[in-house]
Amino acid sequence: MNKTTATGFLDTILKERLPADQYTWLLERLALLNNEDSLRNIHITYGLIPRRLGRQDLAATSEESATADSLVKGWKLSDWSIDMTARVMLLCTIAQQTNRDFAKLFKSMCQTADLGETISLYRGIALYPQSEELDKQIGEGLRTNMRAVFEAIAHNNPYPATHFSELRWNHMVLKALFVDSTLYPIQGLEERCNPELARILCDYAHERWSANRAVTPELWRCVGPFASDNMIDDLQRALESDVSVEQQGALLALSGCPDPRAEKLLENYPEQTRKVANGELSWDSVARQINQLA
Amino acid sequence: MMFIDPHAHMISRVTDDYEAMAKAGVVAVIEPAFWLGQPRTHVATYIDYLSSIIGFERFRAGQFGIRHYCTIGLNSKEANNEELAEAVMEILPQFALKEGVVAIGEIGYDEQTELEDKYFRAQLELAKELDLPVMIHTPHRDKKRGTSRSMDVCIEHGMDPSKIIVDHNNEETVREVLDRGFWAAFSIYPSTKMGNSRMVDILAEYGAERIMVDSACDWGISEPLGVAKTAALALERGIPEENVRLVCYQNALDAYGQSGQMKEEDWLNPPPVDQRGLYEGNSVLRGGREPLIEDDTDKRTLNNLIIE
Ligand SMILES: [Zn+2]
Repeated sequence: MNKTTATGFLDTILKERLPADQYTWLLERLALLNNEDSLRNIHITYGLIPRRLGRQDLAATSEESATADSLVKGWKLSDWSIDMTARVMLLCTIAQQTNRDFAKLFKSMCQTADLGETISLYRGIALYPQSEELDKQIGEGLRTNMRAVFEAIAHNNPYPATHFSELRWNHMVLKALFVDSTLYPIQGLEERCNPELARILCDYAHERWSANRAVTPELWRCVGPFASDNMIDDLQRALESDVSVEQQGALLALSGCPDPRAEKLLENYPEQTRKVANGELSWDSVARQINQLA
Repeated sequence: MMFIDPHAHMISRVTDDYEAMAKAGVVAVIEPAFWLGQPRTHVATYIDYLSSIIGFERFRAGQFGIRHYCTIGLNSKEANNEELAEAVMEILPQFALKEGVVAIGEIGYDEQTELEDKYFRAQLELAKELDLPVMIHTPHRDKKRGTSRSMDVCIEHGMDPSKIIVDHNNEETVREVLDRGFWAAFSIYPSTKMGNSRMVDILAEYGAERIMVDSACDWGISEPLGVAKTAALALERGIPEENVRLVCYQNALDAYGQSGQMKEEDWLNPPPVDQRGLYEGNSVLRGGREPLIEDDTDKRTLNNLIIE
């Protein structure tokens, strides 16, 4: 990964979209970063960006999306906006200044940011210089009560999969469920599955069932690879649900489960198993259905 | 009828208040930065407070279908702690441009000390630099003189009265405020000061131009339905409906909308980015949760034993 190139890439994206006067304004503000009063300028520029450049969706092209992914694996531009892009570019530019403690500045900006500012700060975390201090602040961000802030870190962001400890990773996945968020935009979800997470999620499913509440079918995606004994019972319960998408989740999880009992259960569902095999039924199709229900 | 409560310290209120306000027709509130009943002793707690009112409180209100705005400022009481005041002045520019900040305020005089005067003036200059309206808190004691003086100082600093809202008016101050071209806001306080019956008399006498009503509800005994109840009483007593709409909705929008941070479409037709992160709207709540604004069943009665 090349972080200098990432800054240049953001610059190109903006140059192509912004009217000349707005783009010039941005460059002028970036030039102020080297002035004496640079800290005040950073805060004011960061605050002014949406007012001067607007908040439209970025609407990245497929080529741009591919470039993003090639620069930083798992970096998705799907929910980026113009102001967010400019803010992250500002932060990347600051991060390249050698005379500044970036993580310290990042932390203080998080502490005084409004919602839009907070989201932009966390959206770019995979592009900044990594440090323990930055990582701590990201942990702080995950503790938020605001779902949009949580999702800025958890969704379509390559940082968690590559940097989080197992404890923090598991906690993030569980919290996604608690805040009524979704799992499929979490990058590296399958690669980072682990037995402890599977256990936690099954416990959570039991809590939901006890309260007569629905269990999201996405949850089983992290359970399948490690399921045996009681966990297979749980999958069976979901399999027998009369809600189609819940049944589909269980089918998919059982298809990815090495336990012999899983295979046995699937024997009763030959038609659906065939759909799993040919890709007609997948975690993507489950995600699409959940999206429509939301 | 839709209402705006342009002065409400929601950070001190509970969710029942938000529910009641939403049910009564309040679509937007403005939370002025003020003191919390006891003075802060460190700038760091001030920073966290300002962060709360631009961030979490905004989010919290949105969950009840109410749009939340705020004003940023160093209040007159805490202006008297010079060390704190200096440090707060330094961080204000960092907060004044946040989304939803509709004015510098509430600022002005309390005991009318020299330090209060110094920081009032400094903040008027900041408002001028950032082109923001100003919300003025007029003193509870020596009110008439304090109100006149606040306006004198604004004029002295070259401020345009049409961008200044003078709050906590009463029968004694309203004439001068309106004559000089400022906005006149009235805080409805239960029992002691300006009750809503007196407020309706003022509306009958002065009409609706540049007048607005607010609840100023906070951590003390106060009424978050102050605006809605005043509107109901005014209609009952024959104040024209259009005038009620002006003083309980439109005038606040016109005055604070001058910041560019508050628009009717924020609640009538919220942009998708807000619906994703900030504002759940009045009717549809996502994620399978039950709507928080419910029908007329009163959940707080002992007759209803089911807790959901
Ligand atoms: Zn107040």
